[in-house]
Amino acid sequence: MRNPLNSRIVDIEPSGIRKFFDIVSEMTDAISLGVGEPDFDTPWRVRDEAIYSLEQGRTFYTSNAGLKELKVEIAKYLVRRFELEYDPYEEMLITVGGSEAIDIALRAMLEPGDEVLIPQPSFVCYVPCTIMANGTPVTIDLKEENDFRLTAKELEEHITDKTKVIILPFPNNPTGAVLEKEELEAIAKVVIDHDLFVLSDEIYSELTYLDKHVSIASIPGMRERTVLINGFSKSHAMTGWRLGYACAPKIIIEQMLKIHQYAIMCAPTTSQYAAVTAIRDCDREVSDMREEYNDRRRYLMHRFKEMGVKCFEPFGAFYMFPSIKEFGMTSDEFATRLLKTKKVAVVPGTAFGACGEGFLRISYAYSLSNLKEALDRIEEFINELRAEQSGS
Amino acid sequence: MMEEKILNYIEKNSRIDLHELAVLVDADEASVMNALEELESKNIICGYHTLINWDKVGVEKVTALIEVRVTPQRGMGFDKVAEHIYHYPEVNALYLISGGFDFMVIIEGKTLREVSEFVSAKLSPLESILSTKTNFILKKYKDHGTVMQAGHKDERALILP
Repeated sequence: MRNPLNSRIVDIEPSGIRKFFDIVSEMTDAISLGVGEPDFDTPWRVRDEAIYSLEQGRTFYTSNAGLKELKVEIAKYLVRRFELEYDPYEEMLITVGGSEAIDIALRAMLEPGDEVLIPQPSFVCYVPCTIMANGTPVTIDLKEENDFRLTAKELEEHITDKTKVIILPFPNNPTGAVLEKEELEAIAKVVIDHDLFVLSDEIYSELTYLDKHVSIASIPGMRERTVLINGFSKSHAMTGWRLGYACAPKIIIEQMLKIHQYAIMCAPTTSQYAAVTAIRDCDREVSDMREEYNDRRRYLMHRFKEMGVKCFEPFGAFYMFPSIKEFGMTSDEFATRLLKTKKVAVVPGTAFGACGEGFLRISYAYSLSNLKEALDRIEEFINELRAEQSGS
Repeated sequence: MMEEKILNYIEKNSRIDLHELAVLVDADEASVMNALEELESKNIICGYHTLINWDKVGVEKVTALIEVRVTPQRGMGFDKVAEHIYHYPEVNALYLISGGFDFMVIIEGKTLREVSEFVSAKLSPLESILSTKTNFILKKYKDHGTVMQAGHKDERALILP
C-alpha cells in the first residue's frame, strides 16, 4: 500500500510536552492552574439570546462572511473600543474562533518559502499553521529582561529578504506581556520599512490592566498591512461557541473568504446570533470580568513576591510567567514534580516554545479560593525545594 | 475609594482574611483594619451575616412578605410607624415602598401559625395600619445575589494551552 500521508503534516512536531499532558490526564484529583480559557460562564443574556434564536428556528447557514447584523455591531465595537474603522461588508470575516482566522490568513498570504516571524513564547498554533500554509516559520526568542515584549531591534535582526509576515501575539499567552503604543510605533516603522505584513492576534485585547489595548492597525500606515484577529472566546467567556473574526484590507479578506467559504461555509449560526448580543450589550459584563481577573492578578503577583519567586508583572491576558531557574530543574521536571507531590497542574513554559525553558505558565482563570489553595501548595513545594538545595 | 473597594469585597465575602483584602485593595493591613473599624463605627458596615439555605438543614422556617398599608402619622411621616414595626424581633426586614402599598415587612417564624399570629395579634391591631396582605415564600431560588442551588463544577480540562 502507498503511504497515505502528507509528509509535511507528518513532519510537524507533536507538542513537546505531550508526555506531561498524559501524566496530568491521569491525575483526576489535581487542582489546576493550567487552563487557557476563562472560568466564567458566558453572560446569561448571551446564552438566552442563543436559546431564543434556536426557538425562532434560526438554524440555517448565514452568508459566508457572516451575519450582517453581527458584522455591523463588530464594526461599531472596534470604533468604540479601539478607534479602528473597518467596513463590515468588505473588510471583515466571521470565523470559527480566532484559530480559523489565523489559519486562513496565513494560507491566503503565504507563497511557498515565505518566512513568517513568530515571537515566542506564544500560543502553540502559529508555527504549525505557518508550515501547513507552506510558509517557513522563523521564531524570535523574547527575553525576560524585556518583560517578554517584542522590540523593534529584535524584529529587525530576524528579517531576511524572504520575510513576509510577522505574527504579533499581544496581549500574550503564555506570558501576559502587552505592547504599548510607543513599542508598536517602533515595530510599525520596521514593518513599513521592510514592506512586511502583520498578523495581529488580539484575542486578549479586552484583558489589559494598565492601559487600554492599542491595536497595531491603529498606527498610521499599518491598517493596510495588518490582518487583525479577534474573537469572543476570551473577552466574553465564549470559548466553546467557536466564534472569531478577522479584519483586513479588502484584497486580503476576499482571498480569506474564498478559503473560508470552501472549507467552512460559515461560522456557527447560533453562535453568531448570540454574539450580536455579546458585542452590543455586554460591555459591563466584560468589564466586570476584567476587574475580577485584575484582582486575581494582583493577588498572584503579591504571593510570588512573598515567596521570593522571580516574576515580571504581566499587564494582559490571564497568565503569569514566573521563573523557576533558581531551582536548577527544567520546566517539565518542575511541573511534573509539582503535580506528583502537591497535585497542582501548571503548564511548563516550553509548551510555548523552547525559549520558555525555565518558566511556568500560571493561569488565573480560576476563583480566588482556588488560586489561594494552589498557591499555598506551590509555596510549600518551593520551600521544600529550597530546603533540599541548602541541605545538599 | 479604598473604602468602596473594601465594601464591595466584604459584601461578597465577609470572611475574607485581612491579608488578602489588603492585597486586593492595594493597601497595607493596618489601614484596611482602620478603615473597617471606621466603617463599622459609622454604621456603614451594619453586620457580618451568613447566607444559609435553611431548606437543606431540615429546620422548619417560614418567611412571609407582608404588604402593609398605613396612615402616616402627623409630623412624623412613615418613620414613626416604621419604628413601631421594626422593633419586633420577628421582623427581619422592613422597607418603605412606592406603589400600591407602603411597607414591605419581612417576617421569619418557625411555623405558619406563628407568623399569622404575629400579623393578627401584633401588626394588624396597630392604630395606623389600614390593611395587610401576607405572602408566604414557598422556595428561595436566589438571595443576596446568590443562587441557592450549588453551581456546576469546573468541567474544563486540567491543562489546555
